[in-house]
Amino acid sequence: MNPLYLIAFKSILTKEITRFSRIWVQTIVPPAITMTLYFLIFGNLVGSRIGQMGGVSYMEFIAPGLIMMSVITNSFSNVASSFYSAKFQRNLEEIMVAPVPHYVMIAGYVGGGVTRGLIVGCIVTIVAMCFVDISIHHLGLVLLTALLTSMMFALAGLINAVFAKSYDDISIIPTFVLTPLTYLGGVFYSLSLLPDFWQGVSALNPVVYVINVFRYGFLGYSDMSVPLSLAIIIGFCAGLWFVAYYLISRGIGLRS
Amino acid sequence: MGDNANALVIEGLKKTYKGGVQAIKSLDLTVKQGDFFALLGPNGAGKSTTIGVISSLVQKSQGSVNVFGFDIDKQLEQAKLCIGLVPQEFNFNQFETVLQIVVNQAGYYGVTRQVALERAEQYLTQLDLWGKRNAQARQLSGGMKRRLMIARALMHRPKLLILDEPTAGVDIELRRSMWDFLKQINEQGVTIILTTHYLEEAEMLCRNIGIIDQGMLVECTTMKALLSKLNMETFILDLRNNVTQTPDLGNITCRLTDSHTLEVDVAKDHNINEVFTLLSAANIEVISMRNKSNRLEELFVELVEKAKEAK
Repeated sequence: MNPLYLIAFKSILTKEITRFSRIWVQTIVPPAITMTLYFLIFGNLVGSRIGQMGGVSYMEFIAPGLIMMSVITNSFSNVASSFYSAKFQRNLEEIMVAPVPHYVMIAGYVGGGVTRGLIVGCIVTIVAMCFVDISIHHLGLVLLTALLTSMMFALAGLINAVFAKSYDDISIIPTFVLTPLTYLGGVFYSLSLLPDFWQGVSALNPVVYVINVFRYGFLGYSDMSVPLSLAIIIGFCAGLWFVAYYLISRGIGLRS
Repeated sequence: MGDNANALVIEGLKKTYKGGVQAIKSLDLTVKQGDFFALLGPNGAGKSTTIGVISSLVQKSQGSVNVFGFDIDKQLEQAKLCIGLVPQEFNFNQFETVLQIVVNQAGYYGVTRQVALERAEQYLTQLDLWGKRNAQARQLSGGMKRRLMIARALMHRPKLLILDEPTAGVDIELRRSMWDFLKQINEQGVTIILTTHYLEEAEMLCRNIGIIDQGMLVECTTMKALLSKLNMETFILDLRNNVTQTPDLGNITCRLTDSHTLEVDVAKDHNINEVFTLLSAANIEVISMRNKSNRLEELFVELVEKAKEAK
C-alpha cells in the first residue's frame, strides 16, 4: 500500500477506535452485561435442565454462539452508527475532500468495526470462562472466523449506513434482520433438532455458517461442513466488499 | 499537470440536482495563482455548489474543473492535495478534541503524526487555539470553531485555500484578526478564494472578484476596476449646528435626515471641495463625514439586479 494511504488508513482507524473508546460505557460494557445474563439464565438456570447438546453441556454448546453474537452485533452497529453519524453531521466530508481512495475509507471504517467486535468478543469470552471451562479445539479457526465475521458484519453495517436517511434506518436492520438471523442461526440449538424443511431454510442464513465454524473451533463439533462454511463466509465478505466499494465510489447517499 | 499560472480553471460548468434544480447554469471562471479572489453572490446563487464541485463533494453535470493543472475527472487525488476547504457549516465531530481534529485531517492527506503535531502547534498557536487543543470542539465558541476549520484546512499545506463564508457570525475584532491571518497566508503564496456576505471583507482582502447569480457569472474583474464603475457616492455629514432647512448645494443633491445630519450625493468626477465651500457659505459647519454604505455593496446589488432584469 502507498505509504500515504497507510497513514490515512491509520488515521481513520485511530479516529474510530477513539470514538468507541470514548463512549465505552455505551459500546463495551452493555454487551458484557447482556451476555452475563444470557449465560446466567440460558446457560446456568435453563441449561442445567436441558442436559447435553452436541455431546457437551448446554452451557458449553451456547458459549461460542453467544460470543459470536456479540461480535456480529458490535461490528455491525459500530460501523452503522459511526458512518451514519459522520454522514449526517457531515464530518465524513473531512475524508471525502482528502485524497483518500475509497478502499482506504472502507477499510478504515470496517477496521474500527472489526476492532470493537473483537474487543467485545474477548470480553464476552472472559465472561463465559466464569461460567464454563472453555476449551479450544482449533485456535486458528476461532481467530479466523472471528476476524472474517466481524469484517462481514462491519461491511454490512457500512452498507446500511450508506442507505440510511435517518437514525431509525440504522436500527431497522439490526432489529428486523440481524437479530432474527442471529437467534435463528443456531446460537441456542443444534440444527439437527430442526425438521428437514427448516434445516433447508436455515441454510440460507449466513449466521448459521458463522456460528457452526466458530463452534467447531471451540468444540470440534459442527452441524455443517467446515470448509464449505468458511468458503461461504469468505464469499459473503467479498460480495459485501464489492457492494460497499460500488456504493462509496459512486457516491451513493454521500454526494449530491 | 502543471499549469503554473492558474490556480483554478472552470470551463462550461453545469450542475443540475436530482430534483431538477439548476444550481449552475454555465460557469467559466479562472483564478490566477497567488490571487485573493472573492466569489460573491446572493443566497442560492450557486457559490457553495461551485465550491462543492471543486472539492468533489458535489458531482458536476457537465464541464471541466482544473486545479493547478490537475483535471478533477482524471487526476482527482492530485487536485485534492492542492485544495484546503473551509466549509460554511461546522462539519467536524463535535466530540473530538481540537488536536484530534487537525491531526486526523493531516493524516487523511498522508502527513505523518509527528509532522502533523508540529503543524498543529504552529497553526493553532497562530489562530489562538493552542490553549484549547485538548477541549472538545463542542466546547468552543462560534469564533473558535471558525478558526479551527481554518487550521484544519491548512494542515496539509494546500496551495489553494477555499473559504466559504469563514467569518459568518464572528465579531468584528475577531474578524479583523482573521483577515490579518488570511492576508499573511496569501502573502506566503497560497491562493485564496473567499465567499462572503460581508462585502467590506471582500473589498478589504481581495484583488479580484467574481459575482455569480442564478448559476452564472455576471461579473469577473479586478476589485479596482469594479469599484471604479461606481459613479455616485453618498456621504453622511454630521453637522455642528442645528439645521432646519435643506441647504441649496446647486446641482448636488442633498437631504437632511435630521437636524444634525446631511446626506450628500456626489458624482465621482465631482470636486467634493465644492460641497464644503457651499456649506461654509451657508454657515453650516461639518464636524465629521463618512460613506453612507459600502461601495461594493451598492455595486453588488446593482449588478445582481441588472442580471435579473436581463432575464
